[in-house]
Amino acid sequence: MSEQRAPSAPTGASWWAAVGAVLWKDLLLESRTREIVTPILVFSLLVIVIFSFVLDPSPRLIESVAPGALWVAFTFAGMLGLNRAFALEKERGGMEGLLLSPVGRALLYFGKMLGAFLFMLLVEIIMLPAFSAVFNLPLVEPGLWLVIVLATFGFATVGTAFAAMAVNTRAREILLPVLFFPVAAPVIIAAAEATRAVYAGDSFADYSNWIGLIAAFDVIFAVVAAATFEFIVNE
Amino acid sequence: MTLRMSLLGLSAALMLTALAMVFFYAPTDIVLGVSQRIFYVHVPLALVGFLAFAVVAVCSIGYLWKGSERMDNAAYAAAEIGVLFTSLMLITGMLWAKPAWGVWWSWSPQLTTSLILWFLYAAYLMLRAYAPPGETAARYAAVLGIIGFIDVPIVYMAARWWRDLHPNKVLGPLAEESALEPPMQLTFLVSILAFTALFAWLMAERTELRRQEIQVERMRYTYGEA
Repeated sequence: MSEQRAPSAPTGASWWAAVGAVLWKDLLLESRTREIVTPILVFSLLVIVIFSFVLDPSPRLIESVAPGALWVAFTFAGMLGLNRAFALEKERGGMEGLLLSPVGRALLYFGKMLGAFLFMLLVEIIMLPAFSAVFNLPLVEPGLWLVIVLATFGFATVGTAFAAMAVNTRAREILLPVLFFPVAAPVIIAAAEATRAVYAGDSFADYSNWIGLIAAFDVIFAVVAAATFEFIVNE
Repeated sequence: MTLRMSLLGLSAALMLTALAMVFFYAPTDIVLGVSQRIFYVHVPLALVGFLAFAVVAVCSIGYLWKGSERMDNAAYAAAEIGVLFTSLMLITGMLWAKPAWGVWWSWSPQLTTSLILWFLYAAYLMLRAYAPPGETAARYAAVLGIIGFIDVPIVYMAARWWRDLHPNKVLGPLAEESALEPPMQLTFLVSILAFTALFAWLMAERTELRRQEIQVERMRYTYGEA
């Protein structure tokens, strides 16, 4: 009995080893199946196409609706990605495997969360040039990329916790957005507003408030979700 | 007399007093007219709704900490009552907004945050309904109860900044910062007390009902469906 070491209090290197192992598993699986990135990429391109159907693409209007359209596409895509990330675990009994591994629950959370974050980011990196071409907007804006990275991380923090819950419920496809949107509202608002400011050519100081809000959200919910994750996955 | 009976009596008495004061004691507002009287219902609903969500958060933390079923029952009851009160708050607000602002709804920070708050706890109830019953639903709900309550001030800040940058046009006479007339103030106070007592009574009833529901469920499990 004394041989057993507590898996939940690792230090430095072993922290990264555990988180990295979970992350590596997800990346390897995705590189072989592409069951997450491909569907959500096609889906978010469709969202952009639908926007071009329903909105009059006059330059004046584009300026006011493009940031919103971008974040609607990213939010929906992110949600689908999160759903897939846990549906795959569920289908193949992967969650049981993860829970049996000698890794603290918080580290499992960070592994899964970083995976979801990277998949969403990958889709966004492919999406943004397409989006810029369709709506005729600048692509190389460091401020914009900062907003995208921070906001996507924020989505992944709460989204991972909720996806882990939703996957075990009835009506899981509906429940994830219902849980996710209200909680992620601050990030969605801030990301859209900051994007609007970037496209309007405002200086960083003008939208640093929004960046600060997203960063605060990221930190708070990464910590809270990691701390409560054991109550979500413990069966 | 049980606690629940005395709470029922207390809230009934306070509610009748508040109602009488609203219609016969409080003066009619000069600017807003009779429609202002809806505030004696609307504002207490908002305050007590928020109190209910605070109770959800505290009981959720308590549940995850100690794992006591009573905490979970209290959190569930508070969430249900909170959603009810918040729904009524939104409806009474809209009823007032139509004559006062000419629109049912404006996306001012106050309204936006109230609506998101409503969505958050509607999601809480949906989560409880769809999660695997028993302990899992309770744990999931507790996590959402905590995350949701931490999210509220952040949503509030975001919506504030969001609308501050784009000043709202239909915000008309919302400058209700002016000191209230003493009779109005007293009516408000009694009304708030009445709704708080109503909340306490509903909490006691719903928690007890929930305890019995679980008991019935356990008996069914033990002795079979027939």
